[in-house]
Amino acid sequence: MAEFSEALFSIFFIETLLNGLLLGGILALLSLGLNLIFGVIDVVWICYAEIIMVGMYLIFWLNTDLGLHIIPSMFLGILFTGFVGWLTHKLVISKLINAAPINQLIATGGLLFFFQGAAMIVFGIEFRNMGISLGSLALSEDIYLSWTRLLSFAISGIIVIILYVFLSKSYLGAAIRAISQDREIMTLMGVDTKKLYLMTSAIGGGLAGLAGCLLVLQYDVHPFIGLSFGPITFIICVMGGLGNMVGGFLAAFIFSELITIGGYFAEIEWGYVLAFVFFIAMMFLKPEGLFTRKS
Amino acid sequence: MNNNYIIGLLTLILLSLPFIGVTGYPLHIVITILIWSFAYTGWSIMGRFGLVSLGHGAFMAMGGYITALLWNYYGLTPWIGIPIALILTAFLAIIVGYPCFKFRIIGHYFALVTLALSEVVRQVIIATRDYTGGSLGYTPEPHGEGGWSIYALQFPDDRTAFLFIAVFIWIIGILIWKYIDNSMSRYALEAISEDEDASAAVGVKVTREKLKITVISALITAFAGALYCQYQMFISPDTIGGVGISLQIVFAVVVGGIYSALGPTVGAIITLLLAEILRISIGTARVCVTDDFCLNASGFPLFIYGIMLIVFIIFLPKGIVGSLMDFFKNNSSKKIKTEN
Repeated sequence: MAEFSEALFSIFFIETLLNGLLLGGILALLSLGLNLIFGVIDVVWICYAEIIMVGMYLIFWLNTDLGLHIIPSMFLGILFTGFVGWLTHKLVISKLINAAPINQLIATGGLLFFFQGAAMIVFGIEFRNMGISLGSLALSEDIYLSWTRLLSFAISGIIVIILYVFLSKSYLGAAIRAISQDREIMTLMGVDTKKLYLMTSAIGGGLAGLAGCLLVLQYDVHPFIGLSFGPITFIICVMGGLGNMVGGFLAAFIFSELITIGGYFAEIEWGYVLAFVFFIAMMFLKPEGLFTRKS
Repeated sequence: MNNNYIIGLLTLILLSLPFIGVTGYPLHIVITILIWSFAYTGWSIMGRFGLVSLGHGAFMAMGGYITALLWNYYGLTPWIGIPIALILTAFLAIIVGYPCFKFRIIGHYFALVTLALSEVVRQVIIATRDYTGGSLGYTPEPHGEGGWSIYALQFPDDRTAFLFIAVFIWIIGILIWKYIDNSMSRYALEAISEDEDASAAVGVKVTREKLKITVISALITAFAGALYCQYQMFISPDTIGGVGISLQIVFAVVVGGIYSALGPTVGAIITLLLAEILRISIGTARVCVTDDFCLNASGFPLFIYGIMLIVFIIFLPKGIVGSLMDFFKNNSSKKIKTEN
């Protein structure tokens, strides 16, 4: 017991908590686009993490193989994944818009294989590293925080604010909010849902690209990297109340803390086990999500 | 009815394969297809009622790993190990299934909860790498000198023995499918998948029916996992578990046909043959278009899988077998439930 309390109040534990907070920033950003798409179109893109991977590969390729500067590479990466998101809706989801939700989910599962296969064909299965390190910030002698994580944290905070302003102030934002409240009535009001869905998909894809920009700085890219981020992203969205962006944002921090704390006391995999078990348990206690208001 | 003749004929052909000169690699493919067909049939038993689980990778891994671990650490024969693995899997299915059905977690929420289950089991296997070998995989130890052993359910270099086992369980899988298809549970579950509240109102025990079907489905999948392990003598979290395998199961069943008894088998034949043909014909070669732009052929199976899955879901949601059956009996009185 003494050992436990010692571990709990050690300086490394504080570092763990801070790192969890920063990981939460990334996870929040990962779940944003998925949440937006779910809220508006009411479909789960199982391939969402693979679109992030596409963005990571493109940025890697532009930067390392073509020698383009990192900032324009990232910009192009975001544009391209936005286009991929647009195509996903145009070519797949729009054909299934009246099918059972589960068929839509399975179709995006097909896209998941498609993207993985495409990445393997073009880049092989080797782990690719950009070799960019921004170093770390020393808070004290013992606490180090990686700059890339701080940056991701700051960016996802900014994006949430931008998205919030966009959704609450702009005309398009108002239309998006309205459609997530009542799908049928909006068509009667003369809103072109098809156009709106395509716009949302493009924005969602672009957000995946943005997440890719930050992930490519910290992790090696490989065709199956989506499988390591995908599941946690879905459960964050569900936990926050699918389509509820503020809820998803908060849930990201709960899960990131669970993962890092679990990783602190045992291996990091146990952190993930803890997070997933927490998720399953919470599903039963609050199936509609942690932060959903009762209507 | 003629379906039964097809299955009987298939069984005879399959059992005679080793005696008409099919051995070695082709026989290996047949056995692999049969084991996977069994697992796919297990999934489709619940999948056809709209209970789309992405957690079957977890059940399959449980079956394989528990059997192998009991054998390696306690010398427990798979004849006892497999039942223990099945009991534990049923237990897991109930722990997750009961609250899911009690609290009406359906549609993509159910898919996502079960997806989390896949991931839990995969991460536990990786986290306990000191015992399970983690992502590097795990091998059941050969019995004695490593020869033929019924006690250890190991038949190295003798595919005929395993063919018989595989055909046997495949038939069992189909029979269970047909039994459920003819039972009252089928009508109850179809009603549930249409409208839970309405079926509860007319006296269908929603939670119990769903739980029953889930446990049967999980048991079949776990059994397939255990047999896969005994046959291949190697398992890893990514070959019998995780989200990848869960999706592979869904994919094959959707291609073959989710509403017909032989659908999962046809799905297994198509997907596994496709993978093998692509692997052999293109191999893992690197094809260079220009000097510094090379393509890796190893990605093609996944690439083509993905496109096929999307095309099937959009144009043939009943799969190959279902669409053929519709085609042949357009005026059939037997209504096959369509999702759209």
